[in-house]
Amino acid sequence: MTGVGLETRSRFAAILLSIVVAVVLGGLVVLSTGANPISVYQEIVRGALLGRGLDETLSRSVPLIGMGLAAAIAFRAGLINLGGDGQMLVGGLAAALVALYVPAPGAVRAVLALMAAICAGGLYAWIAAVLQLGLAIPFLITSLLLSYIARGVTSYLVRYPLRDPSTGMPETYRVASAARLPNSIFDLPISVGMLIMAAVAVAVIVNDKHGVNGFEWRMTGLNPRFAGYSGTNLQRQTQRVAFLSGALAGLVGALLILGQQYRFTDGALLAPGYTWSGLMAAVLAMASPIATVVTAAFFAALQVGGFSMERALGLPAVLTWVLQALIILCLAARPVFFKRR
Amino acid sequence: MLNMLLSQVLDLMTPVLLAAMAGTLCERAGVFNIALEGKMLVGAFAAVAASIAFGSPMLAVLFAVACTVIFASPLALGGARFGGDPIVIGIGLNLLAAGLTTYLLSALFGVTGTLVDPAVTALPRFGIGALAGLPVLGAIVDGHNLLVYLSWLLVLVLNIYLFRTRWGLRLRGIGEVPSAAAAMGANVNRYQTAIVLLAGALCGLAGAQLALGSVALFAENMTAGRGWIAVVAVMLGRAHPLGIALACFGFGLADAIGLRLQGQGLPNQITDIAPYAITLLAMIGLGLRGAMRKIRNT
Repeated sequence: MTGVGLETRSRFAAILLSIVVAVVLGGLVVLSTGANPISVYQEIVRGALLGRGLDETLSRSVPLIGMGLAAAIAFRAGLINLGGDGQMLVGGLAAALVALYVPAPGAVRAVLALMAAICAGGLYAWIAAVLQLGLAIPFLITSLLLSYIARGVTSYLVRYPLRDPSTGMPETYRVASAARLPNSIFDLPISVGMLIMAAVAVAVIVNDKHGVNGFEWRMTGLNPRFAGYSGTNLQRQTQRVAFLSGALAGLVGALLILGQQYRFTDGALLAPGYTWSGLMAAVLAMASPIATVVTAAFFAALQVGGFSMERALGLPAVLTWVLQALIILCLAARPVFFKRR
Repeated sequence: MLNMLLSQVLDLMTPVLLAAMAGTLCERAGVFNIALEGKMLVGAFAAVAASIAFGSPMLAVLFAVACTVIFASPLALGGARFGGDPIVIGIGLNLLAAGLTTYLLSALFGVTGTLVDPAVTALPRFGIGALAGLPVLGAIVDGHNLLVYLSWLLVLVLNIYLFRTRWGLRLRGIGEVPSAAAAMGANVNRYQTAIVLLAGALCGLAGAQLALGSVALFAENMTAGRGWIAVVAVMLGRAHPLGIALACFGFGLADAIGLRLQGQGLPNQITDIAPYAITLLAMIGLGLRGAMRKIRNT
């Protein structure tokens, strides 16, 4: 993640231009499969903003902002966390287990489940950090390999030892309603998950802007040697940043289990691809937390529009995924004359 | 029994080996290429799509290579030429490959999940007389398809190219000290661009072998991390073709043994993680050795 020093305004222009180029390229892909790009884009915009679209966008934003911030925290400090999937799975499973089996009153159980998820996700990412620091194995690689292992192990656990035999699916028992996170507060369309994520986002933004930690992380991302000379304990910092990034991913897993899915179903946490969309949102935002919130919400709207487009036109919604990747590619691989040097 | 297992290992390791050779070239040229996974996936899809369109396995392989070379161009131009971050571009390419192949699978063939078609046939296997005559090894190394033999040839050619030729020396110089290579008159950007495109072609072969080697189908995300294992193999083999081939063999062995154990009734969720667990353990072992050496030297 070099080149953070770009001037904000030229960065903004470059992002807009990337979106335009990606829309054109995506249109060509649609055209090549014999469909009409104009009506596809109309449906995406309509689906994202009209009717129930806005509600859906809001609820999809929660996990996406979470995974976006998880990636952004790590980027800021020069770590590339490709293991969000694994950390989310470990966190989600920890939350499900605590919510199912710990003998405590409902609300206490929910709180304990959230804490367990945060610890599990954080520790899982911390392993990768320790391997980088101690044995010089790149964090990028280990975090990803650990994801594949988490996927296999959780899949095995919910298929055999933890399985609810009464359903035909590989999944755990349902979490009792007392231990779930309410989906609306005072009859408003605001879920507890949204409140938690809003609090997390504010904390990350404030820490980034005003905290000593945030400053040190940014310094390290820009120039680790300078940060080390000026007194940052890089070893401890890398471990802490990795833990927090994984903890956030674990929290997202818990929010999805306790607030939407109510049980751990094999594959259900990863199917929407929140980790990767969040990563793309963080890249697009150049790891700025405020901008990550905006880009993650933008991607959430794009995806909701994509589902509506699929229902209306029968074209696969994964097109929006293609658009997201194209935006990132146009931005990262643009010719030099769009860049200030 | 052992012969059959080892012969299967050689088939299973080939996609990883081809992708790892692509990674080696990029590593030596100083471009960190993490897009191997995505390029292999595009190659696999292109090979199956071309099989359906043209009905010829040979044309399918060529089409796969052409597609992955085009697909590698953002990394070649954006990364090597325009100075973009190769890691960000690599992540973008991997995600684009996953999205694009899933989209086209559904939009062109009306299929989600796995595409099987009678027009898609596996690459023909054939024997090479000289290989079959080898004692003990004959039954193992003979009777593979062209891409498998090609991957072995490639390991030898790359080994000679990198360490025995003037062009290989120049390439290594570009990767290690680009400024010195530029001062010597080598065009660093052009070299790197060409190498990344060549690596794209090799990933196309890897994808074709994955889709048309042991099976004859395309499945969503069928690379399943093999491109990443290739990245790790390059690290384990320290960008040395023979060492990497050994690492890839280890991976193929883990994969093949996993498949066998699955046949014995072990749950496939556990056997599926064998290659990743073994790759991770190998990295840890290598890291420990390095750390021990450091301690002894101080």
